[in-house]
Amino acid sequence: MTAKPATFPKGGVHPRENKELTNTLPIEKMPYPTKVSLFLKQHVGAPCEVSVPHRNQEPAEPDILFAHGHAGSLFRLLVDKKDRVREGDRVGEMGSRLGAALHASVSGTVDGVEKVEHPQTGKAPALIIRTDPEAESMKPEYTLVDWRDLSRGEILERIAAAGIVGLGGAGFPADVKLNVKNGVKLDTLILNGAECEPYITCDHRVMVESSREIVEGAKILLTVLGITHCAIGVEDNKPDAIEALNEAVSRSGREDGLTVDVRPLAVKYPQGSADQIMQSITGRVRPSGQRSSSIGIIVQNVYTTRKVYDAVAMGKPLVERVITVTGRGIARQANLCVKIGTHLSEIADYLGGIRGDLCKVVVGGPMMGFAVSDLDVPVTKTTPGVLFLTSDEVNAQAYGPCIRCGFCLDACPMGLEPNLIGLYVEAGKGAETESFGFLDDCFECGSCAYVCPAKRPLVQFIRLARLEIEQARKLKEARKQKGQSE
Amino acid sequence: MMSKHRHFAGEKPCQELAGHRMLVSVSPHVRDDTTVARIMWTVVGCLMPPLVLSVFIFGLRTLIITAVSVAACTATEALSEKLLGRPVTIRDGSAVITGLLLAYVIPPGVPLWMPIPGAVMAIFVTKVLMGGLGFNIFNPALIGRAFLVATYPVAMTTAWLEPIRDWGVLRLMDPGVDAVSSATPLYVLKHYGMAALLEQFGSRVSVYTDFFTGVMPGCIGETSALLLLIGGLFLIYKRLINWHIPASVIFTTGVLTWIFGGERLFTGDPILAVLSGGVILGAFFMATDYVTSPNVRSGQIFFGIGVGALTVLIRLKGGYPEGVCYAILLMNPLTPAIDQWFRPKRFSQGAVQ
Repeated sequence: MTAKPATFPKGGVHPRENKELTNTLPIEKMPYPTKVSLFLKQHVGAPCEVSVPHRNQEPAEPDILFAHGHAGSLFRLLVDKKDRVREGDRVGEMGSRLGAALHASVSGTVDGVEKVEHPQTGKAPALIIRTDPEAESMKPEYTLVDWRDLSRGEILERIAAAGIVGLGGAGFPADVKLNVKNGVKLDTLILNGAECEPYITCDHRVMVESSREIVEGAKILLTVLGITHCAIGVEDNKPDAIEALNEAVSRSGREDGLTVDVRPLAVKYPQGSADQIMQSITGRVRPSGQRSSSIGIIVQNVYTTRKVYDAVAMGKPLVERVITVTGRGIARQANLCVKIGTHLSEIADYLGGIRGDLCKVVVGGPMMGFAVSDLDVPVTKTTPGVLFLTSDEVNAQAYGPCIRCGFCLDACPMGLEPNLIGLYVEAGKGAETESFGFLDDCFECGSCAYVCPAKRPLVQFIRLARLEIEQARKLKEARKQKGQSE
Repeated sequence: MMSKHRHFAGEKPCQELAGHRMLVSVSPHVRDDTTVARIMWTVVGCLMPPLVLSVFIFGLRTLIITAVSVAACTATEALSEKLLGRPVTIRDGSAVITGLLLAYVIPPGVPLWMPIPGAVMAIFVTKVLMGGLGFNIFNPALIGRAFLVATYPVAMTTAWLEPIRDWGVLRLMDPGVDAVSSATPLYVLKHYGMAALLEQFGSRVSVYTDFFTGVMPGCIGETSALLLLIGGLFLIYKRLINWHIPASVIFTTGVLTWIFGGERLFTGDPILAVLSGGVILGAFFMATDYVTSPNVRSGQIFFGIGVGALTVLIRLKGGYPEGVCYAILLMNPLTPAIDQWFRPKRFSQGAVQ
């Protein structure tokens, strides 16, 4: 007798999963690429994992000046041109609190800092390291320690030193998230293994192949947070992952007083969004504009948890990650373990090149990922996959007028009105959409645009509305200042 | 381009990529298969059974009138959009629906050209001039009908045909030969009372069965509650419409007729009220028009109650025996206001502060 899988009540959609392309393929290690491009800021981005996803107060754009500990710059580079680095060497760190250390993901020679195409933000400064052809054999070895001997401070330090950020989406630095302020009452840790994006199977394979590390990682996180209960939420289209995790939980034992539950969740997009998975598992709803800790919950991605285990138990920094390379436009699909900074072109090459009627390349999932125009784009810490989509898989229809069917209202998990925002933007009144309350709540999951029968680009309208609101606000402030100075 | 992909081992992948025109757009990159055209053509399909039945009941001329109406609506849309320099949108099927619905709400005995002025009013004035699909305030087919009632009142209120009960449709190849002018049940009920109606149909049970199957005098497509229900329920099953508007229209019409429709209070006949006239057609296919009805379910119920109440008011106190058409037209312009009053429930509204 199995219980009905938990789910969130409001909105959501059921896109074709397309996970069968890769969900049985074991994780495969890709050899060293010829070079890597490491963005100095690896933790940028939009949601699925962080509670206040967009408009994260990012540190200001780091100076591109190339210097050791350049004064005044938030980002400190620790290496210089022509320096030889080894895989795992720390090459940079953030000066502010909200930042993550950066490590060389390959052994080789530092080439310099260049502006490289970023899938989300356009060109951004990145550290280029050319791989040493013989370096692959001299990989660092990590020594296993018993994390139970470490203090809370030591654990947090090791997580920070490893440059762990949330791998599920926004890339929020893990140590910052875990360093909860005194007085915040927590009771539940949720590990997000929903992986609700179609096509993507990297978390799925990690759960199947590293279930022990994930459960250990969960216990590390519980220890750091000072709580005893963890629930791992997994969509029930991954029965092998649920089974593996359950086995790992029972093998891990309960003597330590830490309980880990595996919770099957209904397959419904966006099950893996923080708000939705918290509601599915605990029934609690996060008040708009507040953090998930305000309702006693911390959400962490399963793969991030696995990386936390690596960092704490082995001192291994975040230098590589599994990405799902899939879609019908690539010769061979794979769950590929690649070095951070590997360019898509080399990945496509390794898998036998492009095939068929390739129409769109997407970094990330099909619902929230970013389309790129060429393959000279590197993998970042938050890249879950790359989709090579053919014209059969992509809907490239022109959009029509809104017919007021209301499908988007039913699909929106946050109870917003995407139709109206779209109409306002089309009418040139994007700045007047603030009262629709989407600024805090909309995490651009794309459910509205997915269901729209007129194929309206509703997420694009919403982004335009944000932009216009921002511009109007700036204009108002500028006018105010001008008025004061006169 | 070559230098950008200098690290490719061979030239093959590079050329292949260059050969593909890459599409870059904002997420999501996958879309549901449902399109506006698919929805519209599904509705067209759901409207077919009553048309077939009407041929058997009123003769082939109903088919001709419907064809004229659909052709006139489609031609008006194509022509007016061409003249205004807009893209021609007849393939989306919405003009076909308007044409069908317009034909369904006019009497079968009218001259065959009658739908044409209605179609021009419905498509050109009510839809295209308002900005096209999605921007019209009123239901185009109903404006078309209202226009015809105003301009050709005699034909539109008296050209009823007595139903053929022996399925002898083939004898009616020559339209109008056997056609007998008649009065609609609602007209009889309004002006002569229930006794007269029972006399016409025999017993109360045969009134119900004839009304349910559609063997009664009435407009081309609104007589068969059964076939309209099948089409309407299919649309709900396919989740193209919600049950909220049809249910609240039918429920309100029934309850208010029961209360106020008899000699004394609480003696009206709710079943008769719902099965006669255009209630079922209006509730499932006209009041649910996306463009002119509210989006949120609570607002849809409010809208449906309004339609039902106005229908009963017009039927009992107004000058016309039937009121569905005007009831919907009166509620249509309230839709933007209803959408303001009934907003979707926000996610964090359930939050415990």
